[in-house]
Amino acid sequence: MTVFLIDGKEYTAKPDENLLQACLGAGLDLPYFCWHPALGSVGACRQCAVKQYANAEDTTGKLVMACMTPLAEGARFSLADPETAAFRASVIEWLMINHPHDCPVCEEGGECHLQDMTVMTGHAYRRYRFTKRTHRNQNLGPFIKHEMNRCIACYRCTRFYRDYAGGRDLDVFAAHDHVYFGRHADGTLESEFSGNLVEVCPTGVFTDKPFSARYARKWDMRGAPSICTHCALGCNTTANERAGELRRIVNRYNGSVNGYFLCDRGRFGYGFVNAPDRIRTPLGRGADGKQAPISREDAVARFGALLRAGGRIVGIGSPRASLESNFALRSLVGAENFHPGVSAHEGVLLRLVTDILTSGAVHVPSLRDVEHADAVCVLGSDLPNAAPRAALALRQAVRGAGIVAAAAAEIPYWQDAGVRTYAGEVRSPLFIATPAATRLDDVAHTALRAAPNDIARLGFAVAACIDPGAPAVADLSADLTAQAQLIAQALLAADRPLIVSGVEAGEISVIEAAANIAIALRARGKTAALMLNLPECNSLGLALMAEGAGGLAAALGEPAALVIVLENDLFRRAGSAVLDTALAAAHLVVLDHSDGPTSQRAELVLPAASFAESGGTLVSSEGRAQRFYQPIFAENDVRAAWRWLGEAGRAAGNNACAGWSTEDDIVAALGSTLPHFVAAPRAAPLETFRITGKRISSEPHRFSGRTAMNADRNVREPKPPVSADSPFSATMEGYYGKMPPALLPFAWAPGWNSVQSVNKFQAEIGGALEGGDPGVRLLDAHKDATLAYYTEIPEPFAPRPGMWRAVMLPRVFGDEELSARAAPIRERMSPPAIALNEQDAAQIGAAGGQLLACELDGEPQHLALEIHPGLPRGVAGISGLAAKVHALPAWIAVTTSGLGAS
Amino acid sequence: MLSSVRTLWYTFLHLFQPNVTVQYPDEMPYLAPRYRGRIVLTRDPDGEERCVSCNLCAVACPVDCISLQKTEHEGRWYPEFFRINFSRCIFCGFCEEACPTYAIQLTPDFEMSEYNRQNLVYEKEDLLISGTGKYPDYNFYRVSGLAIPGKDKGEAEHERPPIDVRALLP
Ligand code: SF4
Ligand code: SF4
Ligand code: SF4
Ligand code: SF4
Ligand code: FES
Repeated sequence: MTVFLIDGKEYTAKPDENLLQACLGAGLDLPYFCWHPALGSVGACRQCAVKQYANAEDTTGKLVMACMTPLAEGARFSLADPETAAFRASVIEWLMINHPHDCPVCEEGGECHLQDMTVMTGHAYRRYRFTKRTHRNQNLGPFIKHEMNRCIACYRCTRFYRDYAGGRDLDVFAAHDHVYFGRHADGTLESEFSGNLVEVCPTGVFTDKPFSARYARKWDMRGAPSICTHCALGCNTTANERAGELRRIVNRYNGSVNGYFLCDRGRFGYGFVNAPDRIRTPLGRGADGKQAPISREDAVARFGALLRAGGRIVGIGSPRASLESNFALRSLVGAENFHPGVSAHEGVLLRLVTDILTSGAVHVPSLRDVEHADAVCVLGSDLPNAAPRAALALRQAVRGAGIVAAAAAEIPYWQDAGVRTYAGEVRSPLFIATPAATRLDDVAHTALRAAPNDIARLGFAVAACIDPGAPAVADLSADLTAQAQLIAQALLAADRPLIVSGVEAGEISVIEAAANIAIALRARGKTAALMLNLPECNSLGLALMAEGAGGLAAALGEPAALVIVLENDLFRRAGSAVLDTALAAAHLVVLDHSDGPTSQRAELVLPAASFAESGGTLVSSEGRAQRFYQPIFAENDVRAAWRWLGEAGRAAGNNACAGWSTEDDIVAALGSTLPHFVAAPRAAPLETFRITGKRISSEPHRFSGRTAMNADRNVREPKPPVSADSPFSATMEGYYGKMPPALLPFAWAPGWNSVQSVNKFQAEIGGALEGGDPGVRLLDAHKDATLAYYTEIPEPFAPRPGMWRAVMLPRVFGDEELSARAAPIRERMSPPAIALNEQDAAQIGAAGGQLLACELDGEPQHLALEIHPGLPRGVAGISGLAAKVHALPAWIAVTTSGLGAS
Repeated sequence: MLSSVRTLWYTFLHLFQPNVTVQYPDEMPYLAPRYRGRIVLTRDPDGEERCVSCNLCAVACPVDCISLQKTEHEGRWYPEFFRINFSRCIFCGFCEEACPTYAIQLTPDFEMSEYNRQNLVYEKEDLLISGTGKYPDYNFYRVSGLAIPGKDKGEAEHERPPIDVRALLP
């Protein structure tokens, strides 16, 4: 630690920090714009000026930019010095010269970093009396609103979008005070991280477009710590509510997971919660065969009667439902009747992944670990589409070598422009082997296109090169052999090698190959991190709970009297023919929040809570159990699925359900029943947690309109809702201040209204939150655990005449079931397509855009042809058909002639 | 002793002062325009709704009796609904102080009694008047940088025409 002095007072900081970081870390208020903890310093805005003194005798000092000043032992600075304070106020004054008179009509107002910094410097009166520069705005698509007049030219947007996230279509144009931040022409921002501009931009240039349509000020919304439900990474979010409506999702800092950034699927995919066609009342099928609303009591009674009726009861769990609800179903129907609601093929892949991850022989990395990997091998995973935030982390990992090189030349890591210039093309090695091109290829050392079998063979060969004890691959092409050696060398040379694969690779062999590499590295004395990505927000939790039970095939194999489906649309998991036969004779009870083919054919539908109407726990692909909380308290029949299951169970006299009254009860029961979940109750404080005897307020202290917002219905104010499962008070009454980080309902600190107030909650700026990053890891590697090599090496891929190996090409927008219901995400979805290599396309005489006919799962499909030059011959990439992923991979015939025929 | 006598004397003199009792409601008292009575929402000189739905009045209100929802039409912000619960309002005038557009104004009307408390909940239709109220000239959108129909970028007060980002001139 370095000791330095500010205004005569001693502070300590890490020696490699810059002065701005150190000041903020010490809890001091120093205004800044262009510095961002994740983007580093460029010294562009001149806002963070302080005085530096050469020694104790020096009383004159010199002005320096804190963000560009390294710390030195005993260095002396002053923030209070009148000359620097005046300098900082005049910097704001000139930034404000062209600033429009927009605050009342600016979505940033009330959480604007520029407002905060203006107040902090004390610039209160406008002296400039001349004209202002103006700009025209652009239409940037369904996610982002653009209001260029408000720009202060801090360059954070382009630095994030281009340098950090690898986007290409946002840039800076023109010169001097004309600079313009936008696209070369109007059009949708292409990057799947564009939503972060809303938080990165310190002003209201880039704002959240869907939020603007249902706008509320930050001080007017209840906040709840939440977890993104749109992929398996478990990014931490804050869900904001007002008047019973989910208004927006913003990033919630978690130093070990998502840090400062989310992907656009996570930020803009919440629309399903507010959808008018949501299931909000219990539905029972009447004598006329139609579903009609029924009362809560009737619903419970009918469910109870079905449970009592006997016969084989099957419970189908869900990878998008909480641990609580899945465990409730498992307890209700008994472990032997509980089945994970995933396709048969996915069930097999999930079992393999859990076997590997729970073995303890591999290190399962957090996203922060991913960011710090120094050699990475990706097998079969298109991360930018399947797990976007992880792709963003990998993009930072490749910078590692450049940062090390710059450090050797005495350029500190936070000196962003310097490090990037010095590093040039020096990158840590990233090898990507996938069937089709990915948006990470631009920073990859090698991006190899191969069919899944060949990707697996490459992986097995890499393992064999690393450890001769690993099974060798016979007849490997010279090409792949050379690649394998290269990858093996890079991984062996690295300190923190990382192997990435996942269920989206689609083949057992690919995942086994990835595991083999990790085992081989371990055999050579390396700690290898193995990241195996999963498809849904609680896939891993469900798989751990199902303890190796397969997918739907086992559940539906024998006839059942009653099938209970938890938050799941089975028609995305199995073919309709299979389901029709299996469900024909059974009573079907569905608990879900969103309508779909499964709920439509149910005898009884119970309105389950979405992530916004109940609390719950999810297990991310890192094995991190994280708790989400309820922002919406509505007076209707929507309740957590586990509550419905408990009520019905009690109505049927089932003892397993007797003791569940709060979420904590059920998590405690889970922890004591299943060994994998022993730590789960520690994911967040219990409902009984209080600070100074108070609950934590989930509404900001200036929440407005409390005596008017419901007055149209009744002038007498309703009794405020009570949160039964969490330590939150549902109102502004309660404690707000330093608190366990898992409970932070919104980030605010005196003088800091913007998202950047999170500085005040971090133990170290840009590091872990004070009190440790939220969540508890369920899977940790231990020294004596072993995992044997997988030995089934697949045959090389051989195209079949007239047939194509159809594989899934994931898409960031549309593949995930819930986000695909959100209007802004729908605007970004494109019709399903089939990708072929250009020679394959020529062979069947098809041109790009033409509709091709094929059959998937017994159903004819007509898909537009996309030509993918890199795709291996004989492989057909299917995209935009996530509901049919259960039928993939498969051999299919593709024709131009089949239109209309089937 | 002396002061008591003096007080009595002054009081006695009041017998000869003119009567100030007002025969309300037959006779209406004069109230200054700045009197803090019934709240109205005004229009700008062009006849458009002044309120831009910024929520500043709502947050300034000490009894939280103002609630509204922002919506937008062709770039112009305005309230989808605007509700004041006058059964809670304490007529402090903070909302008027906070309003950046002069939209919300208190008026000299205090005759708002109701038998049914529910009738004291006023919606936008009840609040919006057709005039400008106490401030005849101010038009927020003439000052702000947003483009609205009839006022493009660069056409507000003290604005230069928009930058042509492709121009090579300095
Ligand atoms: S960017 Fe901030 S300072 Fe500028 S108009 Fe918006 S809220 Fe006001
Ligand atoms: S648009 Fe925002 S982030 Fe970009 S330079 Fe302007 S103020 Fe900074
Ligand atoms: S990366 Fe995944 S978890 Fe993170 S925001 Fe995106 S969809 Fe959500
Ligand atoms: S302060 Fe004025 S402009 Fe803002 S919401 Fe209230 S009435 Fe409308
Ligand atoms: S934050 Fe230091 S110069 Fe911008």
